[in-house]
Amino acid sequence: MMKMKKETLARFIVIGLVLIAVAVPLGGKLLAIIRDRANTIDLHASTPENGGWSVDKIQVGVGQPLHLHMTSDDVVHGFAIGKSDRAALEILPSEYVDTTLTFDKTGTYTFYCTHWCGPNHWRMRGTIEVTGSGPALALDPVPLYVKLGINIDLPKLAGIVPSGVTSAERGAKFVSLLPAYVFDKETYQTSSPASLFLRLRAESTLKPLSDADLWDVIAWIWQNQSTPTALAEGQSLFSANCASCHGESGQGNGVMVLGLPVWNPGQQSAAQMQATDTGQTRFRPPDFTNPQVLLGASPALLEGKITRGGMGTGMPYWGPILTQQQIDSLVDYLYSLAWRSTGKTPQ
Amino acid sequence: MTRFDLTRLPRVNAVLRNRWPQFLLRAITLAGFAFTILAGLFGSIVGSHNFAIIFVWIAWWTALKLFFIPFGGRSWCSICPIPMAGEWLQRGGMLEPSGKGMGLKKRWPRFLRGNWLQAFGFLMIGLFSAVTLTSAKITGIVLLAIILLSLVLSLIFERRPFCNYLCPIGGFTGLYAQAGPVEVRVKEAEVCAAHSEKLCYEACPWGQYPLALKSSANCGLCMECLRVCPKDNIVVNLRPWGSDLQAGTRHNMSEAFLGLVMLASALVDSAVFLGPWGGLKMAAYTIGSREWFVFAGIFLVSALGLLPGAYALCVSWTNRLGKKQRSLREALAQYSQTLVPLGLMAWIAFTVSFAFVKFTYVLPVISDPLGWGWNLLGLHQAAGVGQASPFSLFLQIVILAVGLFWTARVNRRISESWRQAAPMIVFSSLFSLAMLWLLVG
Repeated sequence: MMKMKKETLARFIVIGLVLIAVAVPLGGKLLAIIRDRANTIDLHASTPENGGWSVDKIQVGVGQPLHLHMTSDDVVHGFAIGKSDRAALEILPSEYVDTTLTFDKTGTYTFYCTHWCGPNHWRMRGTIEVTGSGPALALDPVPLYVKLGINIDLPKLAGIVPSGVTSAERGAKFVSLLPAYVFDKETYQTSSPASLFLRLRAESTLKPLSDADLWDVIAWIWQNQSTPTALAEGQSLFSANCASCHGESGQGNGVMVLGLPVWNPGQQSAAQMQATDTGQTRFRPPDFTNPQVLLGASPALLEGKITRGGMGTGMPYWGPILTQQQIDSLVDYLYSLAWRSTGKTPQ
Repeated sequence: MTRFDLTRLPRVNAVLRNRWPQFLLRAITLAGFAFTILAGLFGSIVGSHNFAIIFVWIAWWTALKLFFIPFGGRSWCSICPIPMAGEWLQRGGMLEPSGKGMGLKKRWPRFLRGNWLQAFGFLMIGLFSAVTLTSAKITGIVLLAIILLSLVLSLIFERRPFCNYLCPIGGFTGLYAQAGPVEVRVKEAEVCAAHSEKLCYEACPWGQYPLALKSSANCGLCMECLRVCPKDNIVVNLRPWGSDLQAGTRHNMSEAFLGLVMLASALVDSAVFLGPWGGLKMAAYTIGSREWFVFAGIFLVSALGLLPGAYALCVSWTNRLGKKQRSLREALAQYSQTLVPLGLMAWIAFTVSFAFVKFTYVLPVISDPLGWGWNLLGLHQAAGVGQASPFSLFLQIVILAVGLFWTARVNRRISESWRQAAPMIVFSSLFSLAMLWLLVG
């Protein structure tokens, strides 16, 4: 009898301890489910190769607080909302970071990773659908390249480039000779430096100017459309978002593409430029320090490329992430890479 | 040689004879085992924040090599939870046998006896270690598979088939327990010889007959023989380290194979986990890739070809230097004893190298065992990787030197002269130098 009692107690102890061991994780899971219902979402970040964001579609009512309980399941990630001034949050492996978001306008917001976490980092995006009654997010205007019908997937190499180093300061001396349309924002946006050069070359009033003088004028026009603040912002955006593929100096030699062959404009067909199944291009991005590359492209084309991404090249789309002003700053910075390189032999 | 019988201390004797203290420890380790499996399967995939990785591969693996084996031989086996469920069904009682157990009670096939399967299991751990030791999920799956396999085997075969013949850790602890300072033996052989009941043998889950125990390799220190002996003829001795490593003791080929696999695994683990070779780490991690097959090929050739080849060469040389006629097979088995202190100290040195660096992960993971952002004990903090201090490097050198000195002594003890011991001392020195290079650089 005593023996039976001891055996029963032993069984009770073992089963009790094992149940406690099982109850701890189960209880934790249950708490997480209860918290999810209370507008708190457990958001796990993994590289896209490991599945990306654990939740990539979130719904919340306008004006309702959305609590995010975030962690990384692999490497260091970042969290930010596209087109927002809110500072990005760093998400460390298995460290938890909490944030609360409240949206005052209905519409779709994009959240994205801000760290280069892997080859497909840019695919690490999700959306927050804000619904309810209230003012809606302003719709993005139709991009200029669509209005103009520019095929942004065709390489637009400049047929003519400066033979020497250009100088916007020298070009400023000829401003009084320029026709009025040159000062229109629309002319700048829709013309490539090379096409505007040819247009001005045909102007009879500018006949006395040498080709070098005229390129200085074009350089001045482009510089006149930018500001030092915009260039600094563009450089910062380029370093954070573009340099891993395009290279810190814009030469198309970023760490993510080092294993790919160099793109040789004119030598490779559009078919050859098709992306691989993994979304990575078969060639490195073009060298922006080669004036032929950017002086043949209009700001509308570059804006389109940044907004929509490069079809079949692995170039991400930045439309939902960057504001119009950020895209303009980036375009300004890209041209500065080309102007700085005039007169130099492309590497 | 000097022995101290622990059962002479009344309190210790009472604790060892009573089933409750050991049972409670096993119940706790069983609950911990269940929790580890769940943490592995459902906890964070970040290994440094998962209880399964930190407690199995840092805390327990370290404790086994630095505490349980050196100070208690197979003491871990006495509280290991893996055979509990199977034994409960087999014996019909969780605390003690009721005589109403279930199971087919078949005998383990003769051709599968020995340490061969344990050595093979350890080899597999080494081959897949880069993933098993870093992936919590794989750790959880492996632990679950082990406990289920142990349960199923207990229902088919008699006693503890998994522990005796399959458990790679059992092979590891059994081999090195020969150097440990604890043993279960009989007080007076005549008393046992005259006693016809053999209750101790019937009660032993390991299938050992205490009267015949000459080595602690296969005794799991479960104390069942002590509890059932009606003649009070069992002792639990504290003894000098390395007492089983003598000229007169019996050893077999599977022990030699196990000892060599342990040496090869110590070298490979040191190279993969502590070496500066990123390519090697990647190769070991990317199972199924071409690089992994190259890694696996080199590992297997080293463990099954080069090291056993060098060992056989040295033992054959040793054998020729002796006056006593002995077959190479007998010599290979006999000299397997020298691999015990050599391997044990190499594993301790390896453990010291990472324990100092990784132990900082243990406290935070108690506070947040599943890596879900909890802070149960207020100990959760960003776990920082510790530094390999000059003291730890010095300690590793000392441990390897002690291992080599100890091995040399065992070599001499089982050889006729220093001259005959020389080839195996050369073998041990080369191995120790390789470990020294991998650990200290």
